[in-house]
Amino acid sequence: MTDTKTMLTLRVNGDPHTFAAEPHHTLLEVLREELDLTGTKHGCELGECGACTVLADGVPILSCLTLPQQVAHADITTVEGLARGPQLHPLQTAFAEEGAAQCGYCTPGILLSAKALLDANPRPTRDEIAQAISGNLCRCTGYTAIYEAIEKAAEMSAKAAQHV
Amino acid sequence: MSELSILGRRLPKVNAWAHLTGSARYADDIRLPRMLYGRLLRSTRPHALIKRIDISRALAYPGVVAVVTGADMPEKMGIMPSTQDETALAVDKVRYVGEPVAGVAALDEDAAYEALSLIDVEYEDLEPIFTIEEALDRDDVKIHDTSKRANVFKEVHLSFGDVEGGFAKADHVREDWFFFEGNTHAPIESHSAVASYDADGKLTLWTSTQVPHYLHREMEKVLGLPRTRIRVIATPNGGAFGGKSDPFGHEFAAALLSMRTKRPVKITLDREEVFYAHRGRHPVKMRIKTGVKKDGEITAVEFQSYLDGGAYASYGIATTYYTGALLTVTYRVPAYKFDGVRVYTNKPPCGPKRGHGTTQPRYAFECQLDKIALDLGLDPIEYRLRILQPANSRTVNELRVTSMGLGECLRALRDRTSWERKRSERTKGKGIGVAGSAYISGAGLPIYWNDMPHSGAEIRIDRGGGVTVMCGTSEIGQGSDNLLAAIAAEALGVYPEDVHVVSGDTSLTPVDLGSYSSRVTMMAGNATKNAGLKLREQLVTVAAEKLGIPADRVNLAYRKVYDLKDPERSMSFVEAANLAEAKYGTLVGAGSYRPPAGIGGNYKGAGVGPTPAYSYQAAVAEVTVDLETGQLTVDKITTAHDCGRALNPVNVEGQVEGSAYMGYGEIVVEEQIFRGGLHKKPSLLDYKLPTSLDTPKLETILIESVDSEGPYGAKEAGEGPLNPVIPAIANAVYDAIGVRFDETPITAEKILDALGKRDNRGITKDRIGPTGLGDGKADPKRAMRRLEASTEARERKKTQV
Repeated sequence: MTDTKTMLTLRVNGDPHTFAAEPHHTLLEVLREELDLTGTKHGCELGECGACTVLADGVPILSCLTLPQQVAHADITTVEGLARGPQLHPLQTAFAEEGAAQCGYCTPGILLSAKALLDANPRPTRDEIAQAISGNLCRCTGYTAIYEAIEKAAEMSAKAAQHV
Repeated sequence: MSELSILGRRLPKVNAWAHLTGSARYADDIRLPRMLYGRLLRSTRPHALIKRIDISRALAYPGVVAVVTGADMPEKMGIMPSTQDETALAVDKVRYVGEPVAGVAALDEDAAYEALSLIDVEYEDLEPIFTIEEALDRDDVKIHDTSKRANVFKEVHLSFGDVEGGFAKADHVREDWFFFEGNTHAPIESHSAVASYDADGKLTLWTSTQVPHYLHREMEKVLGLPRTRIRVIATPNGGAFGGKSDPFGHEFAAALLSMRTKRPVKITLDREEVFYAHRGRHPVKMRIKTGVKKDGEITAVEFQSYLDGGAYASYGIATTYYTGALLTVTYRVPAYKFDGVRVYTNKPPCGPKRGHGTTQPRYAFECQLDKIALDLGLDPIEYRLRILQPANSRTVNELRVTSMGLGECLRALRDRTSWERKRSERTKGKGIGVAGSAYISGAGLPIYWNDMPHSGAEIRIDRGGGVTVMCGTSEIGQGSDNLLAAIAAEALGVYPEDVHVVSGDTSLTPVDLGSYSSRVTMMAGNATKNAGLKLREQLVTVAAEKLGIPADRVNLAYRKVYDLKDPERSMSFVEAANLAEAKYGTLVGAGSYRPPAGIGGNYKGAGVGPTPAYSYQAAVAEVTVDLETGQLTVDKITTAHDCGRALNPVNVEGQVEGSAYMGYGEIVVEEQIFRGGLHKKPSLLDYKLPTSLDTPKLETILIESVDSEGPYGAKEAGEGPLNPVIPAIANAVYDAIGVRFDETPITAEKILDALGKRDNRGITKDRIGPTGLGDGKADPKRAMRRLEASTEARERKKTQV
């Protein structure tokens, strides 16, 4: 038992959170253990699998290799912050319809990698999608349904934009 | 039966929303008040006696609350009652590097981790056994005292039909050796368990398991706590693939630590530990001899398998039989001899991985059939079509075949992949190959002998029209919760979103044997259907009375109960449910399923292989081999799968694609290999899983043979489609470069070796693979010397620091 906790403030999914944590604990650990945001998963805690991907100012980062201090001034987005209130993100709807989440464990990380992609590139090619999620290992799907879901979400967003 | 309203449609899974919003609660997401964090100490030796364990320094470490060792739980356990050779934590002896030895519970994970290094274990090294050959020959070294001969775990010998006569009749006989390297499941979620022993003397265990019922039994045995006081809840598994279907040390350790401390305890394995928990694909050496007539008709097959089982039994007895059992269900084999032997070695235990025991022999057989087709000048697809096992038949080893769609699979592939055109284009470095396969839709027998159902389901209807289905299945990502909801909805004429699913809870749900052997659709599906049809009958009766029509004109669909002749004459589902509750009392329907008798033979060993129905599948792989670098690129895999009926095509396609991906990984890159008992790749950096950039283009064709035994005609889809992918790729590589890869994986290094470019000596090979068993006597003390050298080096390093 160490007794070296320090106070930290993080902005996650738009909300400010102030909490005490061990300074060596990773962003992944504080999200899950201090903020109860267990939607962010861990598959290796060594930066190999991508399950812990979150966004910092819109950029995908591996929360298992990030210390909270490094993102103290960033806007963090986790899977819990993807929907806007009751309104699901098009990626969530498309993933459900295309069966892109089987066991669902890599899904939060892939959703966030995909969100970063679509925010930067609203109509990506299949190669660009494959590139964008190449750091997220999925053991269930063979990736095909994930590609289809991301393409569908892009289409849904484009259609929604036309109607505005 | 009227038209289906729910089944067959491309609907989202009922549990998709939890997965997509981060609200699904996997085992490691559970946090209970006063919860302690546990870690396991693991063996650093492949084979050693434990002379002494001293936990006093660990117990004194600040934050540590309790420590347990093997001596606290000496009861033998294991998934198969007849071969229990394991303990929750090692007692007196360790048999592989990574075997759990002790468990610590502390206020936080950091303290638990620190305390592990303060547990003093004194080992006395024993000579380790690492290869099949050594294990077969070394009578002087025993990994388990129970082995009668050397380190043999299990030996089986079966013979059917006139094998000698069959070979005598053959115009052409081929004999080939193969080696299939071991590999592991690598689910992205590591194993995790939370145990809570409460003030009422009851223990609840939340765990990522595929087999909550079997685990329930083992918990009673090991903990000495009556089963009435144990509740096992299978949390959603973040992938499993067979790797979470054994009882594991961390589950018992969490439970015992909770009993000792009267506080909840969580133990989550880290990634390296998952590689030690293993229970993955057995490395298998195989010899296969097949006799054929000039036209290709098989006259006899002789098959031998040598399985490297690792340190413990796991499902090994079933795995051994499975290497031989299913070779007969795809093509006509009139005479068949099978000899299998599984040995113990000082490596993590092997067990069931997707395709359990059938993947390796299927690879060997389909590669050999490819050779036979070419020997006879036949097209490999045409050849297979000629020799198909017929539907509604019996195999020579007495397995009952019902629907059989392999022929349709092969024909569909021939059309879809432009097979004939691509086969005739001869471009060096480009190739196309095919293979077929079959798999069980659930094992015909349970793991412990009993006459009870393999699956039970209970359905309740509440007064608001809500339906709750309860079944002991474990949701491992394959979609079992959705299956239960969809079948209950179909049977009762509501929508899947009207159905609440309670699954995998030994206190709340009737027993289902678990999510293994691709049994859930067949067995839990039939149980749920049977439960639903009982309630349906009550609803039909009251509706017929109320609507004043005969019962056979009443239909239930889309939350309506209506007259088939005059659909306007109807009432709502809720109204019918309320009427039924008034007439019959609380609306509860129970259903169960047990495979029919007579689906297999009566000989010893006949228990492995029978199933209510076999799925059939075939795959075509298209590959490119870079002749300079040896790089193998699989451009596309097209799989055709006979699933009986696709109850939800999105999910079935997902299973087929996921299987193709996993098969691809197994033959191109994945291997669980060791150096001196140490795992060479216990991380996801070194043990490469195919990424999105590696995975080939995957295409799926579903064939619906509508099986007589399956619920609404359905058969399995989760495992079979992995099998043909592996030999299809090997056969495609041969088509590309003229080299037979009779061993897996097909690495760039091996390709360059075959092309004569690895050492630049230009000696080319037309085959890479074993030519037989080694004698295992080369240098018996070599392993021990290497172990001593590496231990010395480690000690030197330690003293230098």
